[in-house]
Amino acid sequence: MESLYPLIPLAPLGGFLINGLFGRLYKKPIVYTVGIGTVAISFILAFHAFVTGFSAKAISLFTWISAGSLRADYSLMFDPLSNIMILMVTGIGLLIHIYSAGYMSHDKTVPRFFAYMNLFMFAMLTLVLADNFLMMFVGWEGVGLCSYLLIGYWYEKPSAANAGMKAFVVNRIGDLGFLLGMFILFSIFGTLNFLDIQSLASFGLDESTLALIGIATLLLFIGATGKSAQLPLYTWLPDAMEGPSPVSALIHAATMVTAGVYMIIRSNFLFVLAPDTMLVVAIVGGLTALFAATIGLTQFDIKRVLAYSTVSQLGYMFLAVGMGAFTAGLFHLLTHAFFKALLFLGAGTVMHAMDDELDMRKMGALKKYMKITQPTMFIASLAIAGIPPFSGFFSKDEILYQSFIAGVPFSKVLWALGLLTAGLTAFYMFRLIFMTFWGDYRGPKEHEKHIHEAGNSMAIPLIILAAGAVLAGIIGIPHFLGGGNWLGNYLEPVLAKAPEAVHGSVATEWILAIVSVLVGLTGIILAMWFYKEGKFAKSEKIAAKLGPVYRLVLHKYRIDELYNAVVVKPMIWVSDNILRVKVDEGLVDGVMVNGSAKFFRKLGGVVSKLQTGYIQTYIVFFILGILILFWLLF
Amino acid sequence: MEFGILSLITFLPLAGAIVILFLPKRDGLIKTTAMIFATASFISSLVMFLAFKSQLAGMQFVENFDWFEIGEFKVNYHLGVDGISILLVMLTTFLTPLVLLSSWRSIKDRMKEYMMFMLFLETGMLGVFLSLDMVLFYIFWEIMLIPMYFIIGIWGGPRKIYAAVKFFIYTMVGSVLMLVSIIYLYIQYQTLNIVQLANIINLPLDVEKWLFLAFFLAFAIKVPIFPLHTWLPDAHVEAPTPGSVILAGVLLKMGTYGLLRFCIGFFPESAYYFKTPIAILAVIGITYGALVSLVQRDMKKLVAYSSVSHLGFVVLGLFAVNTIGIQGGIIQMINHGLSTGGLFLIVGMIYERRHTRQISEFGGISKSMPIFAVFFMVIALSSLGLPGLNGFVGEFNILLGSFTSVFYDNPIFTIIAGTGVILAAAYILWWFKRVMFGPLDNEKNKKLKDMSLLEIAYTVPLVLFIVWIGIYPTTFMSKSEATVNAMVKRIYKKLDLKDPAKEDRIEFKMPKTKVISLSDNKLEDKHLETEETE
Repeated sequence: MESLYPLIPLAPLGGFLINGLFGRLYKKPIVYTVGIGTVAISFILAFHAFVTGFSAKAISLFTWISAGSLRADYSLMFDPLSNIMILMVTGIGLLIHIYSAGYMSHDKTVPRFFAYMNLFMFAMLTLVLADNFLMMFVGWEGVGLCSYLLIGYWYEKPSAANAGMKAFVVNRIGDLGFLLGMFILFSIFGTLNFLDIQSLASFGLDESTLALIGIATLLLFIGATGKSAQLPLYTWLPDAMEGPSPVSALIHAATMVTAGVYMIIRSNFLFVLAPDTMLVVAIVGGLTALFAATIGLTQFDIKRVLAYSTVSQLGYMFLAVGMGAFTAGLFHLLTHAFFKALLFLGAGTVMHAMDDELDMRKMGALKKYMKITQPTMFIASLAIAGIPPFSGFFSKDEILYQSFIAGVPFSKVLWALGLLTAGLTAFYMFRLIFMTFWGDYRGPKEHEKHIHEAGNSMAIPLIILAAGAVLAGIIGIPHFLGGGNWLGNYLEPVLAKAPEAVHGSVATEWILAIVSVLVGLTGIILAMWFYKEGKFAKSEKIAAKLGPVYRLVLHKYRIDELYNAVVVKPMIWVSDNILRVKVDEGLVDGVMVNGSAKFFRKLGGVVSKLQTGYIQTYIVFFILGILILFWLLF
Repeated sequence: MEFGILSLITFLPLAGAIVILFLPKRDGLIKTTAMIFATASFISSLVMFLAFKSQLAGMQFVENFDWFEIGEFKVNYHLGVDGISILLVMLTTFLTPLVLLSSWRSIKDRMKEYMMFMLFLETGMLGVFLSLDMVLFYIFWEIMLIPMYFIIGIWGGPRKIYAAVKFFIYTMVGSVLMLVSIIYLYIQYQTLNIVQLANIINLPLDVEKWLFLAFFLAFAIKVPIFPLHTWLPDAHVEAPTPGSVILAGVLLKMGTYGLLRFCIGFFPESAYYFKTPIAILAVIGITYGALVSLVQRDMKKLVAYSSVSHLGFVVLGLFAVNTIGIQGGIIQMINHGLSTGGLFLIVGMIYERRHTRQISEFGGISKSMPIFAVFFMVIALSSLGLPGLNGFVGEFNILLGSFTSVFYDNPIFTIIAGTGVILAAAYILWWFKRVMFGPLDNEKNKKLKDMSLLEIAYTVPLVLFIVWIGIYPTTFMSKSEATVNAMVKRIYKKLDLKDPAKEDRIEFKMPKTKVISLSDNKLEDKHLETEETE
């Protein structure tokens, strides 16, 4: 079986090639079979690797780049970290592919959709299984490409086309950070291989090298802020919701956007050498968590609420890894994958039922019609709100606990940010649930008849994911709750020990857990009070009182407008009016080139009016002039 | 010694041109004949490529005869190929048949002259890459201007005469000083042998500097390096599509080839001396080209300025003068030939259908031309340096090479050049979006025909190599590695003697730990393996 492991990334690549090249030639069921089947192969193999605890430093398929001392192989690395990641990616990927067969069944270009989704799986699995930074970067940009293609899947819609481009370009800004980080690492260690760097970094390094590693990790983190939508590069993710819902679930919730977190955990041996970077990671994570949650409170577009929620939850993960709590970060990454994928797929079935309506103000009372979507989304919301015994409780609690006891500056402040965010999260999620499923139906009357629950291929993934959202917490139940913290032990071989592992008392653990649950419940109860009847008088009153503050948050703090005004527009204006017109056409071409041509033409005219063809004139004069010049010089 | 395979490769196209001269004016016959000779040249080059020994650093398949004398001035017919030139030769012989195919329908008048000029041009370009005699090199360098001048001037757009003359004069002006330098070198060393000269030139920096600058000017215009680039957009916009493809694909590479072979190979000390201004010009080219490209309205101009940006990368990589940087520079020359050549073909296809290249005329074309959309997308992604396609391999090596370069010893160039990678994504994808995405609302675009079989036939090979280099660049980079290693080693040795400060710099860069001595040893081993074999 092990010899088949290269198929984990390569099978979906095959699916991409088959559906991409020939998908138009056969019927949809074959497209689905190829698209889903190849991911199923990956899943089975990943499951096997996980269960058998397979471990391999490098299964090298071929040498990709070799120049001078640079050598990067396309090779796959299996260890506990990559095993559990590929299990999650292929598992959730498989469910979402199955869901897509139902969701996209009315689309005319299904082969294209499945080809892109398969290509994404290949890129994501390459990213996860890479044994060196460069191959990871290949996967990193590869998932970015698929994200671009899938956000802009309905390319005729200008908003979708714009969102795709924005996602790619913003990610590229982060990617430059990643590249430069890699360059520094290469210039220090002479290799980009994870294990080689890890063993080289374990020799004591001197001050200047550590300083360089600090810069390198910071640059890598800039890459992570792009891919994982953190401040200040998060703006592409909400717009990415232009893509079909399965795409949002797979790429923009469960897998791709967590790549930044995964990258930091993968290179944890470097990050622990750079405490300053770690602090930056934690602070950015904490701030992003709160910042995005506040925007989530005010949005009416069901998918945008979820998008900001994703940004916020990713912030939690960075908060965790920044504190050195890599296990907690991965734990939340895994549980989040279940409940957030579920929420997006649920939003997808709601959209299907509502004829692509996204505005929650026009929904309401859907629980009458959607007997599967409503309860599964409800479970997912309980999970994300951190209510025990759902999975999100354990992972979020672990993060809050770790930040509370971490011995780094501001850790209590960051804990407070996290706690506040937990309350806001519970509030906006249940605001979504109540606005969508409770109260009275507020959409167009004639449409109410058509509201329907989704078919099996969409409903079954919802149910499985809901089971995951309930149960996934099992892998990380901490000791004080009678669990064995299985995930922590499982990951131990991969993780560097955080510099000072601080342990709090069991009493602290209990108190913190109770506090965070109470905060979550408060959020839910408030949401219920505001929105359960489906009337907005109460919330509108508060919004009116807050006035400009509310409008600022409603408009997402006008960050997009700010970036446009400060970066995009000036850049285009300068390029167009200064560089293109003044410098290029005016100065360089006008004055320097054509100016000197005119000068010589005049000169030629003065010296000899016999010369007519101008090529010869110029050549003769130039040759003569230059020869004389040279003769004078030497 | 006898005429060998290199002469065959070089002169098969010329032979084709001569045969065509005697053919009746029947387009089909002329096109087929041209195609046969260009393909024959490609096949011979393929034979040469397969027989080429990658582990050798020196010249291979050498042909050397006395050719003519003027007084003491002995000129040899001297050809040879090494790691630096082999890929460029392949690029030339590979692109030419594709370009002839792309002319099949798009060129409508004076087919006979057109095909003759094209073949003549190919011989000129190949000669430039293969010559090992300075005068022979110079002859090819100059002679190749003539067919290009006519291709732009006869088959070009509305301002073709202006563009052709500008192209011609600009290049001529540059090369005149180079000729003077060649004469100076001959007077100094009594030889025109390029291989010998590279090893024996040893002049005081004060003199060498001027020679370097004379060569540099000639090549910088050809590349073109900012601010000598303004002939390029004009030439591209006015040239017919096949002319643009050859111009971008091969002609510009003569500049970067010259920089590597002569400026760096002959005068490393001056290259070291001028490294900073050159790096500055290179990164200006990268960012400036990208920004100006961003705001172009005409697609051909957009691609032309993107060339300025891409070639800035090549220059940055070459003047890093380390194996990674130069290897990146060389492979990027090939990549640029494929992807920019491809983009010009793409623009040509649109132009033939709509007779306009204004971006604002388009939108939503993906719907009417889905196959075209796929090809356009792949080539665009290659041009913006997506990993897995060719462009990334070159850019990554260039950036890494410049970052670790002992020459630059300053990461700022890499950082600024890196913004070019972001801007490339912006100008390419924005362009793509405006043309291919959005609603298909212009009536004239609704009935556009998708790519014809002929168009697919000449685009597929490009895409094939774009993917091949992206996934397995070793096929190509291994050909140049030995030569580049030997060259870098020679230059370091030479500069070490005169620049003892260099040692300190390496140590300064590398932290003094046990770890590092480990990787240093690895480096040493690598150099030993590729001992100079000339």
